[in-house]
Amino acid sequence: MTTPQNAKVQTADHEKVANAAGGDFATFQGAQVSLADRLHQFFHQYPVAAPTIVLLAAIALFSSIIGGRFLDPFNLSLILQQVTIIGVLGIAQTLIILTAGIDLSVGAVMVLTSVIMGRMAVEVGLPSGLALCIGLIAGGVTGWINGLLVTRFRLPPFIVTLGTWNIFFALNLWYSQSETIRSQEIEAAAPLLHWTGTAIDIFGARLTYGSLLMLGLFVVIWYALKWTAWGKHVYATGDDPDSAKLAGIRTERVLMSVYVVAGVLCAIAAWVLIGRIGSVSPQAGMMANLDSITAVVIGGTSLFGGRGSIFGTLMGALVVGVFRNGLALAGVDVLWQEFTVGALIIVAVGVDQWIRKV
Amino acid sequence: MKKQLTALALAMALASPLTFAAEQTIVGLITKTNTNPFFVKMRQGAEEKAEAEGVKLLSFSGKFDGDNDSQVQAIENLIAAGAKGILLTPSDPVAIVPAVERAREAGLLVIALDTPLSPATAADATFATDNFKAGVLIGEWAKAQLGDKAATAKIAMLDLNSSAITVDVARDQGFLQGFGIDLNDPKKMGDETDSRIVGNEVTQGAEEGGRTAMENLMQKDPGINVVYTINEPAAAGAYEALKAVGKTDVLIVSVDGGCPGVSNVKDGVIGATSMQFPLLMASMGVDAILEFAKTGAKPQASEGLDFVNTGVELITDQPVEGISSKTSAEGLELCWG
Repeated sequence: MTTPQNAKVQTADHEKVANAAGGDFATFQGAQVSLADRLHQFFHQYPVAAPTIVLLAAIALFSSIIGGRFLDPFNLSLILQQVTIIGVLGIAQTLIILTAGIDLSVGAVMVLTSVIMGRMAVEVGLPSGLALCIGLIAGGVTGWINGLLVTRFRLPPFIVTLGTWNIFFALNLWYSQSETIRSQEIEAAAPLLHWTGTAIDIFGARLTYGSLLMLGLFVVIWYALKWTAWGKHVYATGDDPDSAKLAGIRTERVLMSVYVVAGVLCAIAAWVLIGRIGSVSPQAGMMANLDSITAVVIGGTSLFGGRGSIFGTLMGALVVGVFRNGLALAGVDVLWQEFTVGALIIVAVGVDQWIRKV
Repeated sequence: MKKQLTALALAMALASPLTFAAEQTIVGLITKTNTNPFFVKMRQGAEEKAEAEGVKLLSFSGKFDGDNDSQVQAIENLIAAGAKGILLTPSDPVAIVPAVERAREAGLLVIALDTPLSPATAADATFATDNFKAGVLIGEWAKAQLGDKAATAKIAMLDLNSSAITVDVARDQGFLQGFGIDLNDPKKMGDETDSRIVGNEVTQGAEEGGRTAMENLMQKDPGINVVYTINEPAAAGAYEALKAVGKTDVLIVSVDGGCPGVSNVKDGVIGATSMQFPLLMASMGVDAILEFAKTGAKPQASEGLDFVNTGVELITDQPVEGISSKTSAEGLELCWG
């Protein structure tokens, strides 16, 4: 749109008319921006805002119902501990979902790699550092398999990971022989695997190294997504793979890297899992894949790819954790805890649809 | 599951006229899942027995606890395969009934293992642990351990899930009865008014659930000194939560008798556990089907019960007077998984 200043240089007839009409015609849209539009724009710009508001509202709600016991630093740090596993898996899930994919295998990869770490250290007797590394590599390999099927064979991620979920889970049962490795055996043979469960006390709060590791991973992945070319490529690939390709991004490589990183993150989640439950159980993490998707969705990342924020997922995981803990402390039946989480998912997706309308 | 389907396809291919002539008796085993060591052991027990008796065992399982569809399909497949009988641990004791009826109409003997059908008479027989008794044993033990302090105990109840299945309810209520708490409705968990109960939480019968449930109940009341758990993985998780806050003197009781659980009794993680016998359940089941195939006789329920009791045994290293128990060392000889 031309500005009135240009009109002053030449004075054609139609411009005189334009001048006479006054200079504010270009700004009429701004004057009519409603509160809803402003909110819409705000949420569109800051995807992490909506889950953060929900989190703060939930904390306010439960502290008013339950009181000091809920707001106690120990209880708040407990919630952080309780969401640590889902938080780490959520980082992996966010990366995949940002590329417009979905990963149903994260829970199975976590359990499989935890069994690998445990058995390598306890049964085979390898040094625990080496066992951990083998687990992390195994995680990367599972991601590479998913990535290969998605990029090379062009299968939809949903189908690929639905398949590998079953495959990895079957491998887990086969390799573990459905046997649990007890906490005491790990303590004796591989204390490093328990490191993530070690706690430090700060002002009455109790933080585990696992929780700190999770927060660190959030920061690292946030930095990578925000400030590196790789991060921009991840968003671009998820938003519109064809345009991204035309812009010179090697989208298949980007996808592959995302799946491998996600696999390694699942193996880190396995380490956190061992620290938290003490033992290595082939039956752990049954619902972890769906819980991680829940965290991502409540965290405001769009299932259609290309839009969302990594810290939203942390907020999403915390929202679920706060609701579960708060409702439990209030003595509400578990049924309603599940009901509430379900309602949150629907609301979150509804809000996402609304935000997506530009 | 896939492996078992392939096994079935193979079995069916092999059941061509050539091998069919041998008339090998086919016994079907359908477990809830093939992840839980309890069912893995059950399958092993059935496999060993089947091999010893020279019968063919076809085993199936659901994909997850509560997976009714896979179990219905398994029953249909077993009818088609010409099995003589089916051993079934129903994931959904109500929904599976029509499929069980079809199998019985087709002349198969159907035995419910571990979990009774609803109604229990829908199966020809039920071979199960007396889960109420299992609960009573650990309840009585906990009460005796506490002595005078039982009157002021603070109890955490770590149950299975929100579906309130029969096993979950029976163990929970059995424990409370053993501890001397008024049950109100014995078919309902969590309706007790006794102030000694701090709360009921669910664990999904796994370590992570046990830990989270214990953490939340400790937040509700840090004075908890007795913890009932639905099974030993949940107990191990609860112990991790207690260890994290330095409260390792809390009394934890459980049910199952898996080897990791019995080892945890030995290490003092679990005070006492009620052991059940899945191997025995399965091998008795195979025997019953063979008997039925030979003579047509159906198994009779144990006296005073509507199922065949496969026994329960208290395992603890701190025996109390009046309750017979075995030590963890003896338990390790008998344990499963």
